[in-house]
Amino acid sequence: MIDRKQALALLASKITNQIVVATYSSATDWLSIIDRPLNYFSSGAMGLASSHGLGLAIARPERRVIVLDGDGSLLMNLPTLVTIGRMAPRNLTHLVFRNGTYEANGGHPIPNPEVDFEGHARAAKIRHCFTVSDIESLEKRFDDIFNAEGPVFGCVNVEQGVLGPRSYKDMYKNERRVAFRQALRQ
Amino acid sequence: MSMADTIAPPKLRGAGVIEEIKRANITHVLSVPDQHTSSGLLKPISQDSDFNLIRVCKEDECLGIAAGLTYGEIRSLILIQYTGFLYALNAIRGVACEQKLPICLMIGLLGKEPGVVPTKSSRFGLRIIEPILDVVGIPHVCIDDDRDLPKIAPMIELAWRESKPTAILIGGRPEAK
Repeated sequence: MIDRKQALALLASKITNQIVVATYSSATDWLSIIDRPLNYFSSGAMGLASSHGLGLAIARPERRVIVLDGDGSLLMNLPTLVTIGRMAPRNLTHLVFRNGTYEANGGHPIPNPEVDFEGHARAAKIRHCFTVSDIESLEKRFDDIFNAEGPVFGCVNVEQGVLGPRSYKDMYKNERRVAFRQALRQ
Repeated sequence: MSMADTIAPPKLRGAGVIEEIKRANITHVLSVPDQHTSSGLLKPISQDSDFNLIRVCKEDECLGIAAGLTYGEIRSLILIQYTGFLYALNAIRGVACEQKLPICLMIGLLGKEPGVVPTKSSRFGLRIIEPILDVVGIPHVCIDDDRDLPKIAPMIELAWRESKPTAILIGGRPEAK
């Protein structure tokens, strides 16, 4: 199992001009590691991070869009895999940090922790799919995450982190969305 | 009165709706099929190279995708049925309303009676649509026939000018050619 913060720190060390769409626990961890204008925090309705990412990938084809999703979140919008598989944006990478729980909402288990997310993604015809359970294997996938002609789907098996509630007030403020929009213009 | 003397009810041409959508520079349409707008709008849109059609599985997906598209200044239209609007209401509230994003909804009112305003419909689901839009602060118009077509483009322009969601209710059933 992977420590999510360690995985995100590794990802952050490689990040340059990519758009990063993050949600819930992945988002709070990501923000604690790297605060940058090209961070986009999915808010408003749980589960839509990958849909925001799909829209961004279509709107900004010159940039790689990396979505940091959770397993509970993805389950709230599982059909997104079918939509992404059909639209097939080459610049979209969708990472799901799987800990089998609704970590932000008390650590309750997802309805079936044994669900095969990679299998779902493959069935949805997403071009590149993988699952990793140790940090070395994740690092070996970085070329796919950053450069593969996508879409790319990766299930990252992680340990449960600190249970919520966490504060999202700072990450959801309007100033961040304004800064994000300005950063895209540069 | 003979049959020849009866006045034909006003029609809503799908082509007229599409013309107005284009006039407002919509390039992307996100949709879950709706019986009410299927043949008159979605089918011709799917065959029109001026549009990029994004077929989604569930209506709330549209809100995330449309939000992302705004960051490329891409004007999209979410074409769904009123039941899908009700289903996606939390995403409409959280993404479009609270983030004040220029997102335009085109909502088919399947089963609305001709000449009856939605709030007076015999169908509960239809009666509540405009009051809900009012509560969440989304400006809206209802398009019943061709005489209403000039209301469409201004609602889309309003969304982009003031960066907020707007809604166009399709009351009449759009006719294919």
